[in-house]
Amino acid sequence: MKKVLVLGATSAIAQATCRLLAARGAALHLVGRNATQLEAVAKDLSVRGARVSTRVQELNELSSHEELVSHADTVLGGMDGVLLAHGLLGRQPESERSWDAAQEVLTTNFMGPASLLTHVANLLEERRAGMIVVISSVAGDRGRQSNYVYGSSKGGLNVFLQGLRNRLARSNVAVVTVKPGFVDTPMTAHLPKNALFASPEKVAKGILRAMDARRDEIYVPGFWRLIMFAVRSIPEGVFKRMKL
Amino acid sequence: MKSLESWGRYPRVKPGTQRVLPFSWRTERLPSVEEGESLLPYGKGRSYGDGCLNVGHALLPTTGLDRFIEFDPSTGLLTCEAGVSLEDILRLVVWQGWFLPVTPGTKFVTVGGAIANDVHGKNHHAAGTFGRYVRRFELLRSDGTRRECSPTENADWFAATIGGLGLTGLITWARIQLVRMHNPFILQETVPFGGLEEFFQLNRESERDFEYTVAWIDCLARGRKLGRGLYYRGNPAPPQWETLPLVRSHLTRGGGLAVPFNLPSFTLNRLTVSAFNFLYYHRQRGRPSTRLVHYDPFFYPLDSVHAWNRIYGRRGFLQFQCVVPLAEAGGGAMEEILARIARSGMASFLAVLKTFGSLESPGLLSFPRPGVTLALDFAFQGSRTLALFSDLERMTREAGGAVYPAKDACMTPESFAAAYPALPRFRDFVDPAFSSSFWRRVAGPSASLSSSVPSVA
Ligand SMILES: Cc1cc2nc3c(=O)[nH]c(=O)nc-3n(C[C@H](O)[C@H](O)[C@H](O)COP(=O)(O)OP(=O)(O)OC[C@H]3O[C@@H](n4cnc5c(N)ncnc54)[C@H](O)[C@@H]3O)c2cc1C
Ligand SMILES: NC(=O)c1ccc[n+]([C@@H]2O[C@H](COP(=O)([O-])OP(=O)(O)OC[C@H]3O[C@@H](n4cnc5c(N)ncnc54)[C@H](OP(=O)(O)O)[C@@H]3O)[C@@H](O)[C@H]2O)c1
Repeated sequence: MKKVLVLGATSAIAQATCRLLAARGAALHLVGRNATQLEAVAKDLSVRGARVSTRVQELNELSSHEELVSHADTVLGGMDGVLLAHGLLGRQPESERSWDAAQEVLTTNFMGPASLLTHVANLLEERRAGMIVVISSVAGDRGRQSNYVYGSSKGGLNVFLQGLRNRLARSNVAVVTVKPGFVDTPMTAHLPKNALFASPEKVAKGILRAMDARRDEIYVPGFWRLIMFAVRSIPEGVFKRMKL
Repeated sequence: MKSLESWGRYPRVKPGTQRVLPFSWRTERLPSVEEGESLLPYGKGRSYGDGCLNVGHALLPTTGLDRFIEFDPSTGLLTCEAGVSLEDILRLVVWQGWFLPVTPGTKFVTVGGAIANDVHGKNHHAAGTFGRYVRRFELLRSDGTRRECSPTENADWFAATIGGLGLTGLITWARIQLVRMHNPFILQETVPFGGLEEFFQLNRESERDFEYTVAWIDCLARGRKLGRGLYYRGNPAPPQWETLPLVRSHLTRGGGLAVPFNLPSFTLNRLTVSAFNFLYYHRQRGRPSTRLVHYDPFFYPLDSVHAWNRIYGRRGFLQFQCVVPLAEAGGGAMEEILARIARSGMASFLAVLKTFGSLESPGLLSFPRPGVTLALDFAFQGSRTLALFSDLERMTREAGGAVYPAKDACMTPESFAAAYPALPRFRDFVDPAFSSSFWRRVAGPSASLSSSVPSVA
């Protein structure tokens, strides 16, 4: 990917990934909702070798998406890739108490991405080239009481991406689903860290490898594939009684 | 849950005794601390003792402040956030023909850490300290104020923060003047010497013609052989080497030879270190003395061994580094210090000797001052080690010298006050919400937070 639209560019994982793209001299159109943070990221990536443009945008405003995508395409001179990274973990208890809170999680992680990717897909499909890389989560692999609102938003996203991949396969557009486990980023700042946590740099390297190989779906770090296989294998009748 | 440690892993930190505060954006406010709690910036924890620790209080790691802000390859002026490491900088600038004006013996330190200890390198006699190349930085205080400091603007805050041990506030970003380097190689000469007197003579000759000088000494040698060692001196490789592809500056990634677990503490007993010193001394002696070396092994010989500090085992280790005025050092003080170390028979892995030049250090509490500096490591062996350190500290003080806070875990408040005469002035710049384990140890009762200090909002 040489001309990339980055959605949620202030995310720690997105920043680390963009640094690797910058080292390859990519052009990056960075979208985020916090202007000063976006500016800090843009300066960093341009020192690191990227050609950078920015756009401040609240991505839950779905009505902005069509114009956002076509504008990015113009600025980049024909985009050949998208990295979608923005997301919201939310707080499960709050999402249970308040539908508004749950809806924000669902909109941020599912509705928004689905809307954005609809416009992106149409554009790339017509061009018959490109790559869509989306940061989802292992949390979408199975619903659990401790985070099923976030989990279902990512799970829905995963299914959406499967369908999109299936649709775009014959148009030479790759769709890469990235499923990180725990990553040490501002999203998880409130959690005590343990050996399962990976650094954003490590995750970024995994993402870059997946891009280069045009993989369909990756778990980063790779051991999460096994963990999630085990989690998915537990019969529902047993699983529902577990405290997870 | 792993806890943040210092490089020497002494004093040991019990898990859960230092709260870790998140901080990711230079535009953010400082996170709030609890009543009676203080905070301390934490770079890469390459300080040996307790200068980067804040046990019972909170640490603010600067890992997230790792963004570049601006780099002008025509002037070599670099602006970056304070958590950017020297390694990050080298990766960015070496292939563009620039180099660090001053670098310590490891590239895994942050810009913030390099400023807060006003670090020095092998070129001190020619270039002075790191702080001399700092053109500007922003200081964020717990009351929410931000000050841009330079040698002319907020100059008092500038002087207090350079070498300010992280106590004056958080450096969010800094601007540094780099130096030209045409290729990533150093032309290095190695000269064996038989004792301190020879060292001083060699050193006088070498400092005129060489930008980088340092000596390794065999600290276990006694009697006639006391102070024998190897003198390394080098200059950036001359232009005929410039045809070498600059971009192939093969940096080590800190992943070379990993020491993944704690070796048992007996690995480094006196015998093995004697053997090491002996081999080191004799192998080099038979070799031709001029070599072309890549800057990485030249400046950072230990960086290729990942986490080498773990070689000392769970009890950790201490480094002793002092500087002693030249007259006293030549007049026998350094010889006495070396003799005391040799007599102790306590293994030292690293023994480095170098002279500091007369270029002034810009910080109120900067360690470098004209004289001879000695640095060496000791596996921690309880009260024997502490007794030795107390002797070395006293000898340093009697010679009118100073111990380096970045390496220290033992210094007394009296020695600190004696060696850092600007201390009373410095106190006025300490942020009321900032403190460190080191500071509470050396600065006396006024270093502890009084409960009347309002917590940071
Ligand atoms: C192998 C090795 C070789 C070394 N060689 C040398 C040498 O040759 N010369 C030399 O001078 N030193 C040397 N050192 C010591 C090292 O350079 C210093 O201890 C340095 O300060 C460590 O930087 P750090 O980023 O790890 O900071 P830390 O050790 O984490 O912190 C050091 C101090 O800086 C403060 N600090 C960190 N970031 C900020 C910030 N953003 N704002 C305000 N304060 C901040 C901390 O509060 C603390 O007081 C060496 C260390 C090692 C391990
Ligand atoms: N960290 C983990 O453990 C982990 C694990 C698995 C998956 N993930 C996924 O990885 C992705 C990146 O997260 P991260 O770990 O890098 O955390 P992060 O640094 O907190 O990044 C999340 C980013 O999303 C942005 N964002 C959220 N809602 C937005 C909106 N409506 N409009 C625009 N931007 C919005 C945030 O911007 P603001 O700062 O302005 O809110 C923030 O920059 C997310 O999709 C996350 O779900 C993370």
